[in-house]
Amino acid sequence: MIEDLIPILATTLAAATPLIFAGLGELVTEKSGVINLGVEGMMLVGAIAGFAAALQWGVAGGILAGALAGALVALPFCFLTLSLGANQPATGLALTISGIGLSAFIGQFYVSQSLPGLQPYAIPLLASIPLIGPVFFAQSAVVYLSYVAFVLVAWMLARTRWGLILRAVGESPEAAHAIGYSVIGIRYAATCFGGAMAGIAGAYLSTVYTPLWVQNMTAGRGWIAVALVVFATWKPSRLMLGAYLFGGMTILQLHAQGLGVELPSQLLAAVPYVATILVLVLISRDRKVLRLNLPASLGKPYISGG
Amino acid sequence: MPPQMKRKDYLRWRRLLDFRPFEESCFLCYMSVPAHSSDLPPRLALWHVTKRYPGVVANNDVSLTVKPGEIHAVLGENGAGKSTLMKIIYGAVHADEGHLVWNGQTVHIANPSAARQLGIGMVFQHFQLFETLSVVENIALALEGAFDLKHLAERVSEVSARYGLPLDPQRLVHSLSVGERQRVEIVRCLLQNPQLLILDEPTSVLTPQAVRALFGTLRQLASEGVSILYISHKLHEIQALCDRATVMRDGRVTGEADPRQETAASLASMMIGRELPVCSAPPYHGESSAVLEVRGLDYHNEDPFGASLHGVDLVVNRGEVVGIAGISGNGQAELLAALSGEQLSAPGCVLIGGEPVGHLHAGKRRDKGLAFVPEERLGRGAVPAMTLAQNFLLTSHRKPALRRHGLISRTRAREFAAHCIERFDVRCNGVLSAARSLSGGNLQKFIVGREVLQEPKVMIVAQPTWGVDVGASAFLRQTLLDIARSGVGVLVISEELEELFEICDRIAVLAGGHLSMPVARALTDAEQIGLLMAGPQQQAA
Repeated sequence: MIEDLIPILATTLAAATPLIFAGLGELVTEKSGVINLGVEGMMLVGAIAGFAAALQWGVAGGILAGALAGALVALPFCFLTLSLGANQPATGLALTISGIGLSAFIGQFYVSQSLPGLQPYAIPLLASIPLIGPVFFAQSAVVYLSYVAFVLVAWMLARTRWGLILRAVGESPEAAHAIGYSVIGIRYAATCFGGAMAGIAGAYLSTVYTPLWVQNMTAGRGWIAVALVVFATWKPSRLMLGAYLFGGMTILQLHAQGLGVELPSQLLAAVPYVATILVLVLISRDRKVLRLNLPASLGKPYISGG
Repeated sequence: MPPQMKRKDYLRWRRLLDFRPFEESCFLCYMSVPAHSSDLPPRLALWHVTKRYPGVVANNDVSLTVKPGEIHAVLGENGAGKSTLMKIIYGAVHADEGHLVWNGQTVHIANPSAARQLGIGMVFQHFQLFETLSVVENIALALEGAFDLKHLAERVSEVSARYGLPLDPQRLVHSLSVGERQRVEIVRCLLQNPQLLILDEPTSVLTPQAVRALFGTLRQLASEGVSILYISHKLHEIQALCDRATVMRDGRVTGEADPRQETAASLASMMIGRELPVCSAPPYHGESSAVLEVRGLDYHNEDPFGASLHGVDLVVNRGEVVGIAGISGNGQAELLAALSGEQLSAPGCVLIGGEPVGHLHAGKRRDKGLAFVPEERLGRGAVPAMTLAQNFLLTSHRKPALRRHGLISRTRAREFAAHCIERFDVRCNGVLSAARSLSGGNLQKFIVGREVLQEPKVMIVAQPTWGVDVGASAFLRQTLLDIARSGVGVLVISEELEELFEICDRIAVLAGGHLSMPVARALTDAEQIGLLMAGPQQQAA
């Protein structure tokens, strides 16, 4: 029985990985006080850039290109919202729409091609731990990278000067400016980091998860990532939980479809979205936790004075 | 070296003129070493500093010197240019003309972090703290060097113990009282080993006891050689603390004095250009009955950082001014909302003229004779972009006098607004000028006037003279006294103790959401009120 669960759990991790990358990136962006609704668009641009690069240089090159492309498309968003003070949600929506268009335009040249993908690599010793080993440590290298990203982001936010500055800017840009930090510069950096992470998430989808290019292949995962960040109350550990929950529900509903459950497949496909948001809404009801973690300046343009 | 010149330019200039090195060194000596070698150079000297903003000269040819170990006051009214001057010293704003000399060297302070590196620390009037971060994290943000919170926490405890500023490094700032927050700001500066500490209106939110403790710390710092620039408009504080005072008015320096040798009146005349105005409070002879009653008002605040109210009881009678003292954040905003009708309660919790109104919204309460002047003038008291005539209508549109055939009469609104402007001496460009074009004092006079003209039974005013110049403050206080003596019950909520002692007949204190029993002014003093303000849980703060 347990052995039957292992493949389900292992595929759960794979399905959750793009959400982890995109979510962690958006979390860092939002912690600096910027809300970027362009995650879906940045993921798609990362996906096509990653796919194109992977044809030439393999998966590693694809992931790198995805990160670069994601950061690059975040730049005009930064310029409009941070330098010119444009409305962040509206600009983010525009970024998503242009991302969808741009990726579809470039993608038309890659539609019929496919990649070999990435073989899982079992980490010696760790992979032989019963249950945990085959689930967590017999994955593709990019999944391991998502663990590293989680640890790094959580550690950086909680323990380093950079994390502290980031949280400070997100809470009160005026005070951060008064004690001498460049609010705009820090927000540029955080937003571009978010773009790069979204790009990696997209590149993972197109080069590892389903190694081919399909138009609009992110299928709303960018939006789920944005929602995850909010419902995870800006905590990296809760974000991981939400991402794995979403991944698990995705895999379960696929199995349910396979077993012939008497429900329309469209309804089943909606289950992960509904379940994830429901659970996260329930755990994010504590107002105190919310107030302590919510970046108070989220979405408000900062125009430096003096 | 000519002081306004950058060193690079100066050297180029010297090379062009081909001066000899000997002369150059002499020239430099002359500029940087004072005439008497026994005298230290001033810690900081400002020469002819001018800063212009569109439409206003914030600092006009200001010169100032601060010696090592000196507590130097910069005295002036709101808008005199004190804060701008301090921002120039701290590098947050750059002067258009003039220059700064720091320990004998001409310096250009590009930004606050450059100022900190020189040894200039600043305690802001509006604290620059991050509420969701801990004390030690807040301090770490302003410090350079290795990032080691554990070690820093030890240093924070050490410094705070040495200067009598008790602080728990691990507490989150949102849970601190205002006095404790100020300590965080001061300790943050002290850890940078400053040679000059700037304090901008540091006592505006402190109880008299906390002010004394702060002065002790400042004197200790000065005795260790730290220079202190103390910005304030409170004469008695400056006389108690400072060695020297520079007085500013309208962006200019109007005098330099030893505040201990001066009288409050002479300092005031330097500060405002004339005698300090006083209010007259004649006794009330009319009929006395309760017009505003609050009975057992409870309010539980959903916001974990906000204050709640616990069983507030209060009576305001006709003909009297009742004051509520206390530091903002102790339930002031919540009590005001419950009284004005922005927050509803059980009907019997709030009564106007004996009638229960707790369940009625703000407009209905106004119909019963309530007038309300909120703390925020722009945004709540008045709509910034609307004209004065339109703003007049905002609270008075329910009055029959402004209606014609059931519709609002704009002509009458303009007439009333014009009457208000004239009677209350509002300086503006007529009824069609936008509310945001008025200065704080003039807008406040207009808002108070608008409420007075509606002939209320009860008038509630929050922070009546916050950010208002001395002349307008006196006028507003007198207006409140006059309207009370005409038979209205007036409730004033203010952080300024002196103001409350000037106009109130009875004074209560709101601390931690509990309202104390109002005491007749003659039977209490600032000391007693200050103890109540600190509240039982914040006695140490």
